[in-house]
Amino acid sequence: MKIKTSRDDRVFGVITVFTLIIVMILAIYPLFFSLIASFSSPQAIYQGKVILWPADITFGGYKKIFADKTIWTGYLNGILYTATGTLLNVIFTVPMAYALSRKEFPLGGVYMKIMVFTMYFYGGIIPLYFVVRQLHMLDSIWAVVLPTMISTYNLIIARSYFLGNIPEELKEAAFLDGCGYLGFFFKIALPLSKSLIAVMVLFYAAKQWNSYFEPMIYLNTESKFPLQLVLRTILIDSQNALANSDASTVADKQQLVDLLKYGCVVVSSIPMLIFYPFVQKHFVKGMMVGAVKG
Amino acid sequence: MEKIRRREKFKKEFLNTKSLYFFVIPGLIYYLIFKYWPIYGSQIAFRDYSPYLGFIKSPWVGLANFRRFFESPDFWLILKNTLWINMVNLILGFPFPIILALLLNQLKNRHFKKFVQTVTYAPYFISTVVLVGMLYTMLSPYSGVVNTIIKLLGGQPIHFMGKPRAYVMIYVLSGIWQTCGWSAIVYIAALTSVSPDLHESAIVDGANRLQRILHIDIPGIMPTIITMLILTAGQLITVGFEKAYLMQNSMNMGVSEVISTYTYKRGLVDGDFSYASAVEMFQSAINFLILLAVNKISKRISDTSLW
Repeated sequence: MKIKTSRDDRVFGVITVFTLIIVMILAIYPLFFSLIASFSSPQAIYQGKVILWPADITFGGYKKIFADKTIWTGYLNGILYTATGTLLNVIFTVPMAYALSRKEFPLGGVYMKIMVFTMYFYGGIIPLYFVVRQLHMLDSIWAVVLPTMISTYNLIIARSYFLGNIPEELKEAAFLDGCGYLGFFFKIALPLSKSLIAVMVLFYAAKQWNSYFEPMIYLNTESKFPLQLVLRTILIDSQNALANSDASTVADKQQLVDLLKYGCVVVSSIPMLIFYPFVQKHFVKGMMVGAVKG
Repeated sequence: MEKIRRREKFKKEFLNTKSLYFFVIPGLIYYLIFKYWPIYGSQIAFRDYSPYLGFIKSPWVGLANFRRFFESPDFWLILKNTLWINMVNLILGFPFPIILALLLNQLKNRHFKKFVQTVTYAPYFISTVVLVGMLYTMLSPYSGVVNTIIKLLGGQPIHFMGKPRAYVMIYVLSGIWQTCGWSAIVYIAALTSVSPDLHESAIVDGANRLQRILHIDIPGIMPTIITMLILTAGQLITVGFEKAYLMQNSMNMGVSEVISTYTYKRGLVDGDFSYASAVEMFQSAINFLILLAVNKISKRISDTSLW
């Protein structure tokens, strides 16, 4: 059907596109600015010369960052915690969600209720801290990855995915061929769930890589700190310290801090920002189904 | 007879599906240890916990910790701060993702639509530490971009992060920046299920695009909007710890101290575990009651509810 668009509609269309372009600029500019500022000298930034392109190009910030041992250790710890945590999360969430999506599984509904209940009712951080302490996990990787191992939200998404994307006939056919539940899951359901797994990995990895609360309360040895905790010292504590010190020394210190800062923003955000556009095409399939039916 | 048959059926189903327990048991153990054990442990709120006596031997004090919280001058301050941040966030932040989704839905070019989505999701993947670090840097009175512009225009630099009056606005606006695109996904998904037939017949009737958004798209996603509203209401007295704590400094403490940061400081820093746990329990109970109430009201008015 060919529709003649009215003048109102054309004006509206132009306004829509224009608004969305502004929204995009607002969303991306702070990140873009951090990127170009990380290659520019602090003086050029102060003078307002860095707007669309780096000015007075320098790699001083990156040299300092790469020479900083705490940042490197933080990076490696961050990768270790994120990889371990994500692996555990996917291994335990996806098969369980599959089991809970089976309608013929007796008590499945009860187990689901037991889990969803904890989304609304929880013990709180103090009792959880006590549990972690009692299990002698304090100051170890387990305190960072185990308490958040399964996210109920992800579990619901995964379960809805299996409910909506694995046809019942497929199961019946496979069972006639002598396939059991485990065989069906590994040989058929799992290979059909690449979108789901991609989305789960991204959600969980982003959460783990970006978190600082759990590491902050559970870890006390500095060599075990993940990147976010190290960055907190560089990006925020230093700023507050500067605001409280006297004006004569501020300028020098500020330059040093500024040189490091933008580089830190870039270095810490790059893994996620590179990773996520590849997974993004799976969002619709892997997540939207879950979001609608969840 | 019926009972026996049902038991037989259950037994048969149980035996048929027993291999599924291989998948479920690890998860159940996780929930038992990291979700239900802390719920059991939250009775510490009713005890006067002493590390020497241990958990069970610490004396039972009933509601004393709660009373101490209600009577303390901190109570009204942190409750007010928490509520205020969430109210501003709800009023300013809630409509944005809906508007974004409605506009995206208007786009005919799929590539442009994908591109806008990719770009607007990006801030969601920035960590809280980096976000707040960027705020401090860009709003810095000495070297921040914003103050550079103010100075170029002949104004006096403003120390935004130290200004109590700016705190809530910075908190909410940066939150919109970070999550707007992401939160729109739910509405975009809901919009895909709005029937194209409705639009076609409206076009035949001469409705323009704005009218169709108002009379077809918005009513179509109303159940999703209400569901999100109920879920938001269920967090009315929760302000997430990470961002609030990072944005805190000695100058804005009067408006930035919220329940989560207060609990952390009184409990894990000062070691007043029972008191902090009582504060947390108060928060979770109030949230739960609000959720129940809002859900009930919504069920009556709009027929949309969580359960």
